Amino acid sequence: MTQRDLVIIDSGGANIASVLFAFERLGQKAVLTADPDKINAASHVILPGVGAAADAMTKLRAQDGLIDCIRGLTQPVMGICLGMQLLFSFSEEGDVDLLGLIDGRVSKFKQHSADMTIPHMGWNNVVLEQPDHPLLQNVGQNVGQNPAQSPFFYFVHSYRADMNDHTIGRCTYGDDFTAIVARGNVAGCQFHPERSGKAGAKILENFLAL
Amino acid sequence: MLTKRIIPCLDVRDGVVVKGVQFRNHRVMGDILELAQRYRDEGADELVFYDITASSDNRVVDKDWVRKVAKILDIPFCVAGGIRSVDDARRILNDGADKISVNSPALERPAFISELADAFGVQCVVVGVDTRVEDDGSLAVYQYTGDETKTLKAKHNTLDWVREAQRRGAGEIVLNCMNNDGVKQGYDIAQLKAVREAISIPLIASGGAGDMVHFKDVFEQAHVDGALAASVFHSGQIPIPDLKAYLNDNNIPARQ
Repeated sequence: MTQRDLVIIDSGGANIASVLFAFERLGQKAVLTADPDKINAASHVILPGVGAAADAMTKLRAQDGLIDCIRGLTQPVMGICLGMQLLFSFSEEGDVDLLGLIDGRVSKFKQHSADMTIPHMGWNNVVLEQPDHPLLQNVGQNVGQNPAQSPFFYFVHSYRADMNDHTIGRCTYGDDFTAIVARGNVAGCQFHPERSGKAGAKILENFLAL
Repeated sequence: MLTKRIIPCLDVRDGVVVKGVQFRNHRVMGDILELAQRYRDEGADELVFYDITASSDNRVVDKDWVRKVAKILDIPFCVAGGIRSVDDARRILNDGADKISVNSPALERPAFISELADAFGVQCVVVGVDTRVEDDGSLAVYQYTGDETKTLKAKHNTLDWVREAQRRGAGEIVLNCMNNDGVKQGYDIAQLKAVREAISIPLIASGGAGDMVHFKDVFEQAHVDGALAASVFHSGQIPIPDLKAYLNDNNIPARQ
């Protein structure tokens, strides 16, 4: 694979090492930084994140110029887990305004039955709403509307983004929510592609090919 | 559909995987990285590494293998054993573990659970509970179970303790049923069911798997989110692909 100038934004989250290692397994080096100049200069940018939305926004704001930098990026950007949620407009988790790159709200799962434990933790299938999207090439069998045949990914989260016009992968837990989103140069996965076996690795590889 | 998780547990002592019966008489089962790789390839949903000596010896798990495991695994894994401070946990998460599991230190100081949840989010925080059905039928929590000379009964009733752990920010409970551990007669369905009803966070069953039907029973009857086992997987007695096919045949969703 051609080396990209990949930057992982140092958002202070705990899953950064696993994201770095996942790219290493693909033969891709990554630079971890919160420096807007270095992020602007990258060919591809990952916004990782675990934890709470309000804390994450506080950390991003603490770095001079970082939020404006992320909002202004034109190269491929991918948010992972909380990093994906940050792309939206607003989160109920701490009632905080997010980056606003994609219209939409992030809200807590509602418990629909006694068996529905929260956090949503484990492997769930994602129906590829736009199987022809470049990010989803060869990610799994398609799929169509048959959830039994769609690929599985590893999720760990208590908040989720509503379905919206830019949802390209749909997951169901209680109700439908956005598992994969893409709008222009910006994309995101609610699950952890770095911990989702071959299907997850394929999404990261597709991202690098953008 | 969210699938039920099959979780091999690797008890680590001095850098190798060991297994004992009812927490005792440990024998060597194999190399950490080799077993981790094997389970990744067989389709395990997640791995748990317990440093079984760490808590009682008052030392943190060796960092060295955590990073190596994180580099080769593309499935999530949890590290347990001797994590006594937020800094201990941070080191392990920064080395690439997805979750940390705390047991005796949380019993000593329950606020530790909240500190971990505040620092890393509830999704990283697993509380392991070693529990025993006493002669009078009550459920009691034990601590320092890694070393039989130090094992003692904690003051908590099991159901009270899992509720408190959830309230303080645990994202998941692993319930190790000590009466059943290593004897391969099945999971403690009654106890797991009682715990399932007491909490709304994910619950993982541990202790007693000896046959594929035990997994079916615990998912169907106790409604747990995952089932953990060690020797039946290490020995090859239950191949994970066979187990998952069997579960799917019995209408229990498993990732294949």
